[in-house]
Amino acid sequence: MEMPLTENMRSDREPLSLKEYEKVGGYLALRKAVLEMTPEEVTKEVTASNLRGRGGAGFPTGKKWASVPSTEDEADTRYFIADADEMEPGTFKDRLLMEADPHQFIEGMIIASYAVRASTAFIFLRWEYKLAEKRLRKALDEAYEANYVGPNILGSDFSLDLFIHISLGRYICGEGTAMVSALQGERAVPVSKPPLQTISGLWGKPTAVDNVETICNVPHIVKRGAEWFKSLSLCQDGGTKIFGVSGKVKNPGSWELPMGTNLREIIEDYAGGMHDGLKLRAVIPGGASTEFLLGDNLDIPMDFESIEKAGSRLGTANIIVLDDRTCPVGLTHNLEYFFARESCGWCTPCREGLPWVAQILEAMEEGQGLEEDMDLLESHTKMLWLGRTYCALAPGAMEPLKSALRFFRDDFDAHIRQKRCPWRS
Amino acid sequence: MERETRQKIIEDLASCPSAHAVCFDALRLAEKHNGWVSDDSIREVAELLDMTPEEVDAAATFYNHIYRKPVGRHVILVCESVSCWIVGGQTMMDFLKDHLGIQFGETTSDEKFTLLPIQCLGACDCGPAMMVDDDLYGDLDAEKVKQILECYD
Ligand SMILES: Cc1cc2nc3c(=O)[nH]c(=O)nc-3n(C[C@H](O)[C@H](O)[C@H](O)COP(=O)(O)O)c2cc1C
Ligand code: SF4
Ligand code: FES
Repeated sequence: MEMPLTENMRSDREPLSLKEYEKVGGYLALRKAVLEMTPEEVTKEVTASNLRGRGGAGFPTGKKWASVPSTEDEADTRYFIADADEMEPGTFKDRLLMEADPHQFIEGMIIASYAVRASTAFIFLRWEYKLAEKRLRKALDEAYEANYVGPNILGSDFSLDLFIHISLGRYICGEGTAMVSALQGERAVPVSKPPLQTISGLWGKPTAVDNVETICNVPHIVKRGAEWFKSLSLCQDGGTKIFGVSGKVKNPGSWELPMGTNLREIIEDYAGGMHDGLKLRAVIPGGASTEFLLGDNLDIPMDFESIEKAGSRLGTANIIVLDDRTCPVGLTHNLEYFFARESCGWCTPCREGLPWVAQILEAMEEGQGLEEDMDLLESHTKMLWLGRTYCALAPGAMEPLKSALRFFRDDFDAHIRQKRCPWRS
Repeated sequence: MERETRQKIIEDLASCPSAHAVCFDALRLAEKHNGWVSDDSIREVAELLDMTPEEVDAAATFYNHIYRKPVGRHVILVCESVSCWIVGGQTMMDFLKDHLGIQFGETTSDEKFTLLPIQCLGACDCGPAMMVDDDLYGDLDAEKVKQILECYD
């Protein structure tokens, strides 16, 4: 089984130095891209590879890049930004990629910037990722030194300035348009579309934003081709995926596996199944803003289409496992409390609705839930749904709630009837 | 603010496309010196960048890592998100509050530790997790937390 993203990583996760990275073929893809290919050809290859964004929404990467206007005026400024703000609860994949192989990520950034003709690129990094920051800064210095980035890269006429921007911290900063507000030194409030960011983004210039894992795939696609990349996967979408499992499983962790790997297999074979004495009750397949899937419905391939068909979303493909001794109402409260606090406050339904939802759930946990609360929660899942807010934070918050109300109705009722959380002793 | 800090902000301003974009770096510089950003610092940054104090404060209060109140010598950020919660995060948070004798947002009376909640630290496979200053710690239990905190002075 090929694992292009992680197979060169050391088992102790110490980062590869520039020399070590070059020894395993590092920066050959960059050489090929800037010396032998046009930006359009790079974009075409990525489009043909069926690479879809790994940041949560699954947008086809090549299609995004192609939507950046290719003006006649080569000097016109364009920006490329890496979304390295990983903060979706339950998600821990970009940290691994940046810490253990920083050069792979930086090479991907440079090639992606070339493809969209950006002359300036930013890594928008989470404040808390201190180890990743240290390793990226070192790798970036090495890359500048070797002329893999900077003026006239490898003798070509492509030049790139690459900066690391440390976020001041808020979940909403990870949303592509809010990230641009943050980079401009403002409150990280999203920008309403249209126009698309690829037309008018940072300081009004065309801007492409991609997730770290998406970017790490790019050198491999350029080096080995779209057909090879598609052959890695068990489904339509190209490539491998870093899957993660957290919760009360025997061996929580993350693994690079073919896109479309069976969900039950990931939990049982890789994460080692549940702790002794516990049963798996449900999972959230792709980070906090995806819907629950019930435990008897897990023989499904982990890919964008299959998980959608099953009633949820692939999201970040980092799986949160709910066992049969953990209160699903308490868990849902934890999620909604998170979203309520992270609302940027721009749209009224999100700003007012999410704290209300969190308060109702807290009251239930404290034994003060009322019959009519169920209807109130239900109505929020409609009022905060897609189309009623400027960004996907609020609808994302409603995804786990909506499915919790459907799947764990008995547990909600028990909280209200018994006037306490039945899971607390 | 220190003369040096002011000078650095003025230099940044010269090399940046907009005053707004310098605002965060200026706040960071101000914070670096004192550990937090006072009302006076907000006013000084505003004056230097030709912004109103309200504009600067609007940005400063939006983010997690600009502290508008004094903090202790070390800041503890404890993860309160879902994966840690499942494996006992609540107990860990209660223990920390109890052990330090403070609530979230407070500083111990010897000004050693400030305790704050934080969103998922991306260490969900080794929860409960926390950071002390720049260092990440996972697989926490009460004993381990006690040992870790003893290493700070
Ligand atoms: C509230 C919110 C938070 C987000 N946080 C992140 C994040 O931390 N990292 C990320 O890559 N994408 C995040 N996204 C998704 C981005 O908006 C965007 O879809 C993604 O970065 C695009 O890159 P991709 O096409 O490579 O996936 C977030 C979206 C929303 C609505
Ligand atoms: S949905 Fe919420 S987070 Fe998104 S723009 Fe509206 S208020 Fe802000
Ligand atoms: S939920 Fe605590 S580190 Fe992710």
